[in-house]
Amino acid sequence: MPSSSPSSVPTSAAGPDAAAPPAWRVELELRPERADPVGDRAAEALRHRGLRFEGVVRSGRGYLLPPEFDAAAVERIVEELLRDPVTEFARVLEPGAAQDPATGRRTLLVRRVAGVTDPEAQTAARALDLLGLALPEGRTLESYRSFRLVGEVEPEALLRVAERALANPVIEEVVTGDRPLRLRPVPAPRRFGRVEVGLRDLDDEALLRLSRERSLALDLAEMRALRDFYREAGREPTDVELETFAQTWSEHCKHKTLTGPVRLRELAPDGTVLAERRYRNLLRETVFEATLRLSPEWCWSVFRDNAGVVALTDELGVAIKVETHNHPSALDPYGGAGTGIGGVLRDILGTGLGARPFANLDVFCVGPEDLPLDALPPGTMHPNRILEGVVAGVRDYGNRMGVPTVAGTVVRHPGYVANPLVYCGSLGTIPRAMVEKAARPGDLVVAFGGRTGRDGIHGATFSSEALHEESETADAAAVQIGDPITEKKVLDVLLEARDLGLFHAVTDCGAGGFSSAVGEMGEETGAEVDLERAPLKYPGLAPWEVWVSEAQERMVAAVPPEAWERFRELCARHEVEAVVLGRFTDDRRLLLRWHGEVVGELPMEFLHAGVPQPERDAVVVRHDLPATAWPDLAAALERFDAVLGHPQVRSKEAVVRQYDHEVQAATVGKPYQGALGHGPGDGVVLQPEPGRPEGVVLGLGLAPRIAELDAHAGALCALDEAMRNVVAAGGDPHRTAVLDNFCWGDCRKPDRFGSLVRAAEACLEGALAYGTPFVSGKDSLNNEYRVGDEERAIPPTLLITAVSVVPDVARTATTPLRRPDDLLVLVGATGPEGGGSVLADLCGVGASRPPRPDLDRAPEVFHAVHGAIAAGEVSACHDLAEGGLAAAAAEMVVGAWRGGDRGLGVRLEPERAFARGEAPLTARLFAETPTRFLLTVAPDDYDALRSRLAPLPHAVVGVVTERPELVVLADGEEVLRRDAAALARALHVPFAPDAQP
Amino acid sequence: MTAARPRVLQLFAPGINCDRELRYAFERAGAEVVELHVSELAAAPERILDFDLFAVPGGFSYGDDLGAGRVLALQLERRLGSALRELHARGGVLFGVCNGFQALLKAGFLPGVDGLPPLSLTWNASHRFECRWSRLRAEAPLGEPWPEGTVVAAVSAHAEGRIVLPDDERDAATLMEAGVVAFRYCDEEGRPRTDFPHCPSGSAGGIAGLVAPCGRILGLMPHPERNLSRLHLPDRGDGAWGGEGVAASFCAGLLSRIRTPASR
Repeated sequence: MPSSSPSSVPTSAAGPDAAAPPAWRVELELRPERADPVGDRAAEALRHRGLRFEGVVRSGRGYLLPPEFDAAAVERIVEELLRDPVTEFARVLEPGAAQDPATGRRTLLVRRVAGVTDPEAQTAARALDLLGLALPEGRTLESYRSFRLVGEVEPEALLRVAERALANPVIEEVVTGDRPLRLRPVPAPRRFGRVEVGLRDLDDEALLRLSRERSLALDLAEMRALRDFYREAGREPTDVELETFAQTWSEHCKHKTLTGPVRLRELAPDGTVLAERRYRNLLRETVFEATLRLSPEWCWSVFRDNAGVVALTDELGVAIKVETHNHPSALDPYGGAGTGIGGVLRDILGTGLGARPFANLDVFCVGPEDLPLDALPPGTMHPNRILEGVVAGVRDYGNRMGVPTVAGTVVRHPGYVANPLVYCGSLGTIPRAMVEKAARPGDLVVAFGGRTGRDGIHGATFSSEALHEESETADAAAVQIGDPITEKKVLDVLLEARDLGLFHAVTDCGAGGFSSAVGEMGEETGAEVDLERAPLKYPGLAPWEVWVSEAQERMVAAVPPEAWERFRELCARHEVEAVVLGRFTDDRRLLLRWHGEVVGELPMEFLHAGVPQPERDAVVVRHDLPATAWPDLAAALERFDAVLGHPQVRSKEAVVRQYDHEVQAATVGKPYQGALGHGPGDGVVLQPEPGRPEGVVLGLGLAPRIAELDAHAGALCALDEAMRNVVAAGGDPHRTAVLDNFCWGDCRKPDRFGSLVRAAEACLEGALAYGTPFVSGKDSLNNEYRVGDEERAIPPTLLITAVSVVPDVARTATTPLRRPDDLLVLVGATGPEGGGSVLADLCGVGASRPPRPDLDRAPEVFHAVHGAIAAGEVSACHDLAEGGLAAAAAEMVVGAWRGGDRGLGVRLEPERAFARGEAPLTARLFAETPTRFLLTVAPDDYDALRSRLAPLPHAVVGVVTERPELVVLADGEEVLRRDAAALARALHVPFAPDAQP
Repeated sequence: MTAARPRVLQLFAPGINCDRELRYAFERAGAEVVELHVSELAAAPERILDFDLFAVPGGFSYGDDLGAGRVLALQLERRLGSALRELHARGGVLFGVCNGFQALLKAGFLPGVDGLPPLSLTWNASHRFECRWSRLRAEAPLGEPWPEGTVVAAVSAHAEGRIVLPDDERDAATLMEAGVVAFRYCDEEGRPRTDFPHCPSGSAGGIAGLVAPCGRILGLMPHPERNLSRLHLPDRGDGAWGGEGVAASFCAGLLSRIRTPASR
């Protein structure tokens, strides 16, 4: 086993502890002549937070080393392990020493608070061995960040500002360098045993108090059900049992709202009931119903495992999962988003006997970029800081995992200020024979991967509750810090062990930790677990904490006893810790022990099926929205650059380039395309098996601005967008599976639940019309934020992920123009509805009728466009989305640009677009009607394309020219001309050629 | 030259993650590839001598904690160092890409000449991870099969790919004169470039890769092994990035450098 040492310890055990020794302090700072972007950014952040400071900040990385090392050993550690020989110099302070007060007071040291994982210190501790040094018994290392301010500054203001500007108070603390630093004390082990909690004699009030005080997040009906169960059993529950129920019955794990009974009433604005419908199990009768009715043979696993699985070839499938990690990301954007990616990757690893991840996706919904600091609700971070943090979190976790992050988007909306959304998804390949799994009685319960700590205790119950002002300080334990290299090692071990056939089942430790993982795997068998065997990050965890901890990077496998030795050896080779926690039984009971004493014993049946499900009320009001009052063309064209620069249209390339979206060499249809890589793609095309032609096309759709007006239309538009992305890139609409991720407000409130029911109904209608089965999904239903007495919900946000399989990646399409003289063909009818559109938003048009797809016509359009791409008739294809035809054409020009005056352009005549209803010219250029595509076709191929499109609305709307520019004509007159450089600027393309020095 | 396939030993370690595509490229180039974990090799370093080429793929070995490739470099130097030196002395090739290059350099195998100014690979000038296609210009010391001026399209995907020297400008020139520069970043016309985004890291002298004067120790930051086919190119082979994938031919070039007795 590796000698990885606990990096830090929880505060609850200590405070200032006399036993904690002063430490060697080593700081590596960039040499003064070196540029220091980290220091510059720190200076800017301090000033932005109000510090008066004219000087510069020099950044560094610091380490605390145990006092037992002598000066020679420290010198070796610094020179052979830590210091970069060219760029850094070292500042070494003996144990008990500090910087001189003048410098020290202006040197800020940002340390993790006790209990927060410190992977870098763990690596350093292990690397000591390579130097022939050993960490003294019972000692730890610690890493931290340092910022030395050079220039005049007010010391009192400095610390206060720095706590917000340079650190996240949930997980970090800031101290100054003028005091000696001590290592964190290691808490003494504590004795624990069976703890019973009085429940049987409690009245309703006391039941609720117990739920609240223990953070169980169980409601009265659930607490009563538990009380009745224990009265029947003739005993009191143990603390471990109560926590097990709280996890297993949590909204996060059980999805009680979506799978429970509901009564929907549709009301007229005056309150008259127009319609009423009931569902016994909303999810089963809507989203899942579509899958049952379609039930194609190429869906291998739907809604039962950690991910859905569809066929790629006869032997190989694709596992797909999308998760949300909203509340952890609100508290700690970096850690929350990183562990969001880490968590969904473990879902893929824990699908069947394990799938190999080959692509990640992420979608972020945050507040407006120009939100003034003083408009921030208490306890929230600025949207830009949240976005920076979540992007960095996904980057640092996903890149280290070696899984390309290929798809995603960023949505800006005031409704996300206090409750940002973070969606993380992953795809993996899995052999068909590995899709099924089942633990067998007698198999060992084996935990492997990271150690267990207090991280994320009550994460499942926390994510089932609304955020509130105190969340930031009260729920530090709910924050999870990722350690991607530990997870990468878990991936390596798991796939190798899978191929050697060393286990019968595997699943990840997600929400609820061991309690969920063992509970789910042992649901059909039973299991007994000796909790004290779990390796801990630090001593002092109670049995129930071990059982429900959500520490990251852990998996549980059902290993037959005869395979254990080989499994253990494999783990040792990869430096992965693995222990036998217990075994699976055949009595369908869950038995939990602590050093031999029974601390919990439950029947699996009641645990998994005992949660009461009362009918909930849902209400939706049918508003009759006015027609969209489009501005006239001249006024609209004045906003042309603003449309391209709108957060929903502008380039996200600056984010994508921070992700390694090419690792595994599978990304053959890229998120940003063309000679300069500035053209946004639609669907991403992946070729997961090198040398094999089959591909996976991935598309995303979400339409919160439309859902705000009409949740039903919003859901259909999200589905349509995901399908458009897939089809535009060459995906096959007849081989496309979809995923649903609902992020909604508190659905105990009938109006929130009403819009959710309408969205779920739209999923059923849309999926049946498009022939796209749902194969997996997840919901997050308490995205509300309390400020004082006011409760605010996020906009209804349904993310649809579409995954299509194609037989040959060579027959897919990209968006940049490719040949001069090609004709531009717009497929699909443009309608007059502009509600929720970018131009309507920019022009302050007000709420108006939103577009919705034509469910009869749309499947034919998808079929025809796919056929044209597969037949090679199309040279480029782009779907029409936010910003409409104008934005699509502009992006195709920018994609084809090669810098300066090299590239291709478009002459566009929007009046030739096929229009429905009273769509004015402005709408033809800027409407966001779904199910439309802009294709380019060589004049010689046009006849073939036309006969394919014959029964469908389509029109030639322009031609590809040899000048890199977009020219728009109306009535034969030129009304707009922009060269590619100007378009790139308007789209916020980073590092466009003309912007270079 | 016998018909025996060259034997490639591909190193694996915690955090290495570009192993699959590198292995695929070497296999397409005709090699037999065996992958061994650094913990297995540390226990039996002499196994290295069963091979003709030692390759260190990209990734984030040990999380890049303490500096990219730093801990893996310690392993290469202190656990495998003498076996690697012996493989090289017998005519074997040492190759590292991205994190593998960082490790070979920090372990002292590159640039492979004494008396040069100290050099390191550190954070990009932007202090950001950057993933984008780059063009690499072969420099004279690289030699066959990459004559000077050959342009290779490859994917840059790193945060710590900037070569730094005590005096970047002066000392980069010293490296050029010493004949250890294998690749420099360049533009579509093949002109060396030191500016972003052509040179994504801000590397001194626009240096993207190094070669020891013997020609048998080579490392570079961008990934030619990801350039598998026309479809992999950003413009799908329309011309700005060459017309075909170069992964296999690049690895074949590396295999052609082998001078071990078995392959002579």
